[in-house]
Order: sequence, then C-alpha cells, then structure tokens
Amino acid sequence: MALDQIVDGLSEVSCDVLVIGGGTAGPMAALKAKLKNPKANVVLLEKANVKRSGAISMGMDGLNNAVIPGYATPEQYTKEITIANDGIVDQKAVYKYAQNCYKIIEELDSFGIRFLKNENGDYAVKKVHHIGTYVLPMPNGETVKKALYRQLRRARILISNRYMATRLLKSSDGRIAGAISVNTRTAEMLVIKAKAVILCMGAAGRLGLPTSGYMFGTYENAANSGDGYAMAYHAGAALANLECFQINPLIKDYNGPACAYVAGPFGAYTANNEGARFIECDYWSGQMMLEFYNELLSGKGPVFLQLKHLHPDTISEIESTLHKVERPTRGLFQQGRGVDYRSESIEMHISEIGFCSGHSASGVFVDDNARTTIPGLYAAGDMASVPHNYMLGAFTNGSVAGIDAMEFADGHDFAEFDAADVAVERDRVMAPTKREDGIPPNQIEYKTRRLVNDYLQPPKVTRKYELGMRRLAEAREDMQERMIARNAHELLRALEVQSIMDCADMAAHASLYREESRWGLYHWRTDFPEKDNENWFCHALLSKRDGKMTSEKRAVEPYVVPISDDEKDLYDKQRIRASA
Amino acid sequence: MPLASYQTSVPVVVDDAKCIADKGCTVCVDVCPLDVLRISEMTNKAYMAYDECWYCMPCEADCPTGAVTVNIPYLLR
Repeated sequence: MALDQIVDGLSEVSCDVLVIGGGTAGPMAALKAKLKNPKANVVLLEKANVKRSGAISMGMDGLNNAVIPGYATPEQYTKEITIANDGIVDQKAVYKYAQNCYKIIEELDSFGIRFLKNENGDYAVKKVHHIGTYVLPMPNGETVKKALYRQLRRARILISNRYMATRLLKSSDGRIAGAISVNTRTAEMLVIKAKAVILCMGAAGRLGLPTSGYMFGTYENAANSGDGYAMAYHAGAALANLECFQINPLIKDYNGPACAYVAGPFGAYTANNEGARFIECDYWSGQMMLEFYNELLSGKGPVFLQLKHLHPDTISEIESTLHKVERPTRGLFQQGRGVDYRSESIEMHISEIGFCSGHSASGVFVDDNARTTIPGLYAAGDMASVPHNYMLGAFTNGSVAGIDAMEFADGHDFAEFDAADVAVERDRVMAPTKREDGIPPNQIEYKTRRLVNDYLQPPKVTRKYELGMRRLAEAREDMQERMIARNAHELLRALEVQSIMDCADMAAHASLYREESRWGLYHWRTDFPEKDNENWFCHALLSKRDGKMTSEKRAVEPYVVPISDDEKDLYDKQRIRASA
Repeated sequence: MPLASYQTSVPVVVDDAKCIADKGCTVCVDVCPLDVLRISEMTNKAYMAYDECWYCMPCEADCPTGAVTVNIPYLLR
C-alpha cells in the first residue's frame, strides 16, 4: 500500500462532552468532566497522540504563575497581570484563576508531579515578574504528560488519537452540536455529535516564519497551527484581542526559550553586546519585548542571556533543567555550536509572531466559566482569552471548563445539526485530494507565512498591512482553487494551511481595527504611535457575521481589584535608565 | 504545473540494528507530535518520512531500545 493512502469514509459517533486537543488544558478538562459525571461519555480527540502532544510534550521546568499562600495573593496576581496586560483584562476570570490555581497545584502534586520545596518544606517560589513572586520550579517536570495520561486511563476517558477536528457543528438555534474531524493517517472523516464541546487546541504558533527558514522550527509546538482559532471563527464565536500578538525572546536560530525564568532566579540576566543590562525585568511582556527589539536594532545588539558570571555548579544546575525538560535539544544545539555557558553568553533573538493568550492575550473570547459566545462551546488553555495563562492557567481553566461543560451537557439533549453542513465540509476537506495537478501545501504555507513576516509583524504599518492583505488574498485563492494533497499526511498539512491562512487574515484585520499602540511591541502601530485610553481602553472582539470578518469594541468589565494611578504604568518602565 | 521532488537531509536518524519495528514496535511513530515517522515497507524499520521536525525528542526518549537519535535540523544548526 502506498504511504498514507487516502481511504474514502464517513462515520458518526456521539458523546456527552467532546474535548478537542489533548495537550495541557484538554486532559484536565476531560478528567474533570468525567469526574463530575462518571456515567457520561467523555471523548478526548487529539490530532497527534495524547501521550506526547501539545506545548508540554517533553514536560515543563516549572509553574510561571503560581499563586501560593504566603508568597502571593489572588489580589496581587490579578493586579500584576492587569498592569502587565496594559489594563485590558476582564479581571473576574484572572481572579478566579488566581483563587483556584493553588488547589490545582495540590492536585498535580497528588498525580506525582513534584514542586520545589525549601528546607522547611514550603514551596520554594522564585521572583521573575516585575512586582510579585510566582515562579515555582518542578524538579520532575519531564513526567507531566505521563502523570496526566495515567489519570486519563484511570478515569476511562475515551481517547481518539490522530483525528484532526476541522469544523464545529451547530443547530439552527445556534447551540453547539458537535464537530467534524479527519483521520490524519487515512483521511477518513468522523462526525462526533456532542452536547458540549471544549476547545483546547493550543496556540496559533505556525503563523510567522522562523528566521532560520525552517518551517517547523517554531517557538510553539509546530503542531499548533491555530486550528482552534479557525474553527471558533467559522462557528461564529467571538475572538478577543488578536492584535495583541505573541512575540517571545528566544535562543537565536534554535527558537526555544533560553530560559530566563529558569536562570533568572539564579542570577542570570539579559544583556546587550556591551554586557550591560537594559531591561528591568525578564518577565515576557509586550513592553519588555519592545525594549528587546529596540536593543537588537540599535548598535548595542545582539542581545544575550548572561550566565558566565555564575558559579560553575550553579550553571550545571541550570543546565540540568534546560537540557532535560520542555526543549531538551537545547543542550545538543549549544554543543553543536561549541557554546559553553561557563565561558560564553547565549545569543538571543525574537520569535515569529503568533496568537497565544498563554503569553499575551490573543484568544477565543471566554468568560470566567470558560464559556465562549456560543452556547455549549468552551475554550481553555493557550487558545482561550484569559491573559498570561501559561501551563497552570491551562490546567486551572481546563478544570473550570470541564466541570461547567458537563453541567451543560447534563441539562441538555443533543442539538440537531443540518446534514448538509457535513456534506459541505466533506467537500471542502477533500477538495485538495480531488485535483490531478496543482500546488503542494508546503509551498502555500511557506508563502503565506513569509507574507506574514514581510507585512504583518510589528512595527505595524497601515500601508504594509494593506499590501499584505492583498498578497494573502492571492495566496488564499491559490489555496482554495489549486492546492493538492496526494496522501493523507499531505491532507493534514493542507488543512493546517487553511487554519494558518485564516489566522493570518484575522491578525491583519484585528491589527488594523485597533487605531492606537498598546502592549509594547505586540501592537505597535507606527501610524498611531500613542496609547489612546480615551477611545481604545476596551477589548476588540473579532467574529464572522454573514460570512464577513468584523470587529467591535467591548468594554472592559469593572475591576474586581482596583489599580491606582501610580501603579498603572509600572510595566511601561522597563528600560533601565543610565545612571550617573 | 508539474512537481519535482526536493532533497533534504532529515534530522531524525534510526539505527536499523537496534530498531525493533520489525517485531511490531511502533512507539516512535505513535508519539511524534508532527506525525513524520513511519515504518518502512522495505526494511520494516522506522524512518523519518517527512522533514517536518520540531526536534522535540519524544521519539528518542520513548524508544525502548535507544535506536532513535534526534539531531538539530540543518537549517538552524
């Protein structure tokens, strides 16, 4: 049989709660839904394999946003994230996270995931943020996925690996009815009817093109092609603050974190080519990224992570984390270049753009119960709009989503969808396999992402955006009319390109809508260089209405935790001032 | 337009002498997030079929016989 031969097929199954995406938020959502109602059927659908999928495929070095009693309070954390995100925050969801996350840490601990403790047995929390203390190392962080998988098996969650969801199904009255998916090895289609659906499909990390030119050398797990953003959009859900891009400081070329959150608490810092510090705080915020960008382009670049002043034992300790979890090939990369942290600093660069509320605020709009604007549809993790969420946010809000979705499923019967919607989607999905001749998905993807770099990455210039949108429209036409997929694997990539194209269009549309600059580098518009609180202190929601992309303003909910005037701009003061 | 194939050196290398895919093992193929590994119909051993690698390591870490090596893709080495 030829490699990944296409099989024609369509079948249908049903479940009470369907969770799409088995990375971080997804397993927790599935687990909590099942524990809420053990008699119900919970299906966890995954494009790859739940054992090793998502951003934490190889584990994580620690919690970046742990609100631990004695070190931080929910009020303090809510305040910090509000300021870091330039005030555009619905605090209720952030505050709820901050209140719940300690419980989740204890639960993860009971799964066998260990957290660093000091000699008194207290959690050894480190300071990385500008104001508070929230970073908690995980000494066996490489075991996270295995620990989660054990829980899923124990709870008898139905896991379907290698199925890529492509579109959501709704009833005529607008309620969620299920999802359509495609087997990534055979191209057989599977319709899953569900009373509630939870989207946990990760960031849109394959949007910009890494400067190495290697398409899969992205910061995010390259499987995270923004499918969840595209599906939510086509279903008519609102997406929030997409113009607040994710851009991160990374090891140049390797394109993974260096990682200042690990090394910073030991005394490492970011420096320019003179060895001098230029930012106050290594926490990833748009304001910090703007200073990083400015330094790179000034005569004082490149920018480095400086470790060599530390004791060799300390460096060995840092290495034992960096070369074991999250991105373990960091060690191999540095070895290949002959870089020893004891004698040489780590050259840094900035990443391609993406959507990811895990680090910024660009996600499918959700309230404090993880509900999207579509009844019965939930979102959690990197693709949901709760800002600066990280891994612990994915676990905590995944838990919230799982419980609320099961309550919804318990109170509703299946919604009816139109069979014609499935037929239309089947035609769309299979179209690239029906053509004899055309352009392969990798070329369409390369071109799309190269255009994203050329025209959409900040600084955002209106004229460039207008040209970029024209070029993207041409690439879209090629994608829709001429793209070919000769086997099931190419079809997977062909479907991913369609998500990437949708995300590129959304990035452009959302960026042009907000006529001000905010979040430092994330939304720096040269035509509107100032922050305009009078007109733009609001969320911007993007959605599909009558087949067209539209944006609207949405007021920021009244704060739960007040911010005083002298605190509001603390994150704007990132640049270290020259001392006399 | 006609298609041409494009040469690329792939980052994941499998030691055929150690690989036990011929005895039914599919661990590396199963765990890859990008789904780029396959079992060869000619040799019955695992190999990298598609150069779409995140150099993330599950294939190497989970291989029961230590047959898989992940290298850094050439373009970013």
